[in-house]
Amino acid sequence: MPGLATQIERYSVVIAIGGVPVRVNTTDGGFLEILQKRYAGFVCAEPHAEFEFDVDLAPPAFANPDADVSVTHRSGRWFMERGDFRAEWNPAARRGSIHQTANPYSIDAVLRIVHTLVLAGQGGFLLHSASAIRNGKAFLFAGISGAGKTTIARLAPADATLLTDEISYVRKEDDRYVAFGTPFTGELAKLGENTSAPVTALYLLAQGAGNRVESVAAADAGRELLSNVLFFAEDQEMVQRVFQGACDFVQRVPVYRLTFMPDARVWEMIQ
Amino acid sequence: MKKKLYVARSPRIAARMLGEEMLVMSGQGSTLFTLNPTATILWQAADGATPLDEIVERRICSEFEVKPEEALRDAEALAEDLAKHGILLISEEPIASHAVVQEQHRP
Repeated sequence: MPGLATQIERYSVVIAIGGVPVRVNTTDGGFLEILQKRYAGFVCAEPHAEFEFDVDLAPPAFANPDADVSVTHRSGRWFMERGDFRAEWNPAARRGSIHQTANPYSIDAVLRIVHTLVLAGQGGFLLHSASAIRNGKAFLFAGISGAGKTTIARLAPADATLLTDEISYVRKEDDRYVAFGTPFTGELAKLGENTSAPVTALYLLAQGAGNRVESVAAADAGRELLSNVLFFAEDQEMVQRVFQGACDFVQRVPVYRLTFMPDARVWEMIQ
Repeated sequence: MKKKLYVARSPRIAARMLGEEMLVMSGQGSTLFTLNPTATILWQAADGATPLDEIVERRICSEFEVKPEEALRDAEALAEDLAKHGILLISEEPIASHAVVQEQHRP
């Protein structure tokens, strides 16, 4: 008589973005391989994880790509939902669950949301920006789609380390800000390096006929920074934290407008 | 006799003076506003306890060359507009201090 119970294999991978290890558990070996490939360079062997998520895979039909993302906070838990996933996270218990199909994009969105919430509590943020390290200094290049994030990343000299061409990870550490590499890619489709450096400057990108750098007044810098910060939760406390975090940032880090043409010489102005 | 109006900063917003400008973010929809100089004065003085006509007389008429009646009319319209955006609370009675957000003063 066949056994009444079948032992289910459980696979885990620890993904450390911004130095925050998050364990993802799945019972699907194929999905584990998807994660290992998607987050190559950010998968770590460390057994300790700050947070842990169990992924429950849904059949392929489970998806409504047109739905907006929704992030709500109730009874100490965060509920995240989009057409292609439903997730829940209890920060106090350090555990959560994700219901999605076997694809890397849904969990990517969940991880981004979780990191925005974690960072907001620490005075940091995820930013629509390319970022790179040169001579031990990190530089951020912010802008909407088409502003030139991928272009500036592509033009980076050989001695620059690319952190991302799309979404930068910025954490406040004591009185300074540190940028970390991310696996969140734009058109370049190249994962950032999993390393970090103190942020030296934020450049607001604009494409033009020549290369020039201009200072930006604090209020303008604050407005533009806030328009590029990734934030999903319509939660009063979180809005306060993100707003104050962005204002703190522009009062501590120099912000410039970088008008440039697609020419590698623009990097001579980055310092 | 016209009733006095009281104004208070909404607790549902975040605000910060950056350079010479006051930035205000509404908690609902994360909408960002920039207050003009008059709105900034009104916002800073909106403690829920000082009547609007006193704020206008002490803070606005002293700052700008404008007649008190005209300044009060403008301030009432401005306060109504800010209230529509959820930035200020308006009442014909003093507004409890717990409903007033503390303005952030940081270096």
